[in-house]
Amino acid sequence: MDAYLAEAPIGLEHYLTVAAALFVIGIFGLFLNRKNVIIILMSIELMLLAVNINFVAFSAYLGDLVGQVFTLFVLTVAAAEAAIGLAILVCFFRVRGTIDVEDVNVMKG
Amino acid sequence: MFSLDLQTVLPEVILSVYAMVALMAGVYTTKDKSAGLLIWATAAMFALVAFLIATREGTDPAFFGSFVDDGFARFSKVTILLSAAVVLVMSQEYLARRNLLRFEYPVLVALAVVGMMVMVSAGDLMVLYMGIELQSLAMYVVASLRRDSEKSTEAGLKYFVLGALSSGLMLYGASLVYGFAGTTQFEGIFLATAVDVPLGLIFGLVFLLVGFAFKVSAAPFHMWTPDVYEGAPTPVTAFMATAPKMAAIALFARVVFDGFGGVVGDWQQIVAFLSVVSVFWGGVAAIGQTNIKRLMAYSSIAHMGFALMGLASGTAFGVQAMLIYMAIYVIMNIGTFAFILSMERDGRPVTDIGALHMYSRYAPMRALAMLVLLFSLAGVPPMVGFFGKLYVLRAAYEGGLTWLAVLGVIASVIGAFYYLRIVYYMYFGEEREALDTGTSPLLWGVLMASAAVMVFGVINLFGIEPLAAAAAATLVN
Repeated sequence: MDAYLAEAPIGLEHYLTVAAALFVIGIFGLFLNRKNVIIILMSIELMLLAVNINFVAFSAYLGDLVGQVFTLFVLTVAAAEAAIGLAILVCFFRVRGTIDVEDVNVMKG
Repeated sequence: MFSLDLQTVLPEVILSVYAMVALMAGVYTTKDKSAGLLIWATAAMFALVAFLIATREGTDPAFFGSFVDDGFARFSKVTILLSAAVVLVMSQEYLARRNLLRFEYPVLVALAVVGMMVMVSAGDLMVLYMGIELQSLAMYVVASLRRDSEKSTEAGLKYFVLGALSSGLMLYGASLVYGFAGTTQFEGIFLATAVDVPLGLIFGLVFLLVGFAFKVSAAPFHMWTPDVYEGAPTPVTAFMATAPKMAAIALFARVVFDGFGGVVGDWQQIVAFLSVVSVFWGGVAAIGQTNIKRLMAYSSIAHMGFALMGLASGTAFGVQAMLIYMAIYVIMNIGTFAFILSMERDGRPVTDIGALHMYSRYAPMRALAMLVLLFSLAGVPPMVGFFGKLYVLRAAYEGGLTWLAVLGVIASVIGAFYYLRIVYYMYFGEEREALDTGTSPLLWGVLMASAAVMVFGVINLFGIEPLAAAAAATLVN
């Protein structure tokens, strides 16, 4: 096991690949999802977390703390963003009685 | 050292503290009864801070270069603050009559303005992100200000989802830039691009620019704009069409010049592409619109295309042209929205363009002012809007992008059609039920003042030209 790890250690590119995959999944979740607005909120969260993995990986790789500080800011803002998104969604539900993506269509476009 | 840094960010600190005090005062005292007063107080605060900023000089980097107070930032901030103040004052009566006058509104606008001020002064990707988010989060909420309306909540939801997507794209770009440049500071990024540019950095740049394109609503990343403009309450739409646009485009210029000024060729093509698509899509898609707020959304997309045209030239003159264009755009839009805010029939707001038939018959002065503004928006020669377009086209031509300038001229001709159609309705339309004429003197005054600027500005553009040149010189060197 150790020999295997020494041959192929987990390096920066592995983290970047995982982050890129998560980011793309997030974007697809946003656009392909036709069911529920909550899933959109989850996709957005996934995108931001992918970015965080990127930042932390780069930070460790570069030996520079700025990336981790940035991550903390992103986490905080993501929480605020989710709160506001859910608040708007609650208003939307009260008016419309549904949170299906297909029903977000009073205005064309 | 630290006290000097605080001195530099004093305007932002003043406004943030004011917003928090106003929020507390609103919550613990009279709630919505004081909203009208709060709107005037906030507007006065904006004007005061704008004055404070206008008296400053020189370039002051603060907090180890993460925050920069220079001529470019000051020009943008004064434009943002003054336009926000005027729009806020304009909105008071409209909101009061529709039972929308909540004390949160001026507080949220003040916070959004703080976000914009941070955006244009950012010297670091982290500061830039915090500024953008402060602005966006406040704007999501004001877009859905009318909580009991289907359209307004839907506008808020759409704005939120696409805004969050754009923030995500921008952040992903920021993470790549950080990784490949080794720093988040624009100065460091500039140095990192000096020798040779890694591919990852270019990827990061592209993601960043896509995120910004969402924020400035440049096509093909404009899809949220028409819906949000239509759904949001009209005063909020007026706000969205002015200050945030100025902030976003200034931020765009800040990043591409401060961070990537050494590799102009790498972003020039992207910005030129965004510019061309925006001017054409803004012009063509607006033709079929019947809702004037939607039409103004497409109009703003086209105008952002022209502003980006100045930026695409990659020269100091291009940035000067962009700043002049944006200042003119903001003034035109304030006037146009003063008109739209006063469009009502039996006290109910009307946004259908068809309602303007024969408007000149019963409101000749206002029809004339609107005619001047629409001509100016279209870029018809004697008006100031024409000179704005002339500046950016010349900048594109001198920057070696002749094809871009030619396409810009063609697009502005296409775009002129839908502005002139409104003029046609107002002067030669058919007889229809008339709109109300007795509206607020304040909106009338703003409309007339804006139209007067469009006419008398041709003399010397009110001396804005050397100011913009000085601002551009601090950014591009």
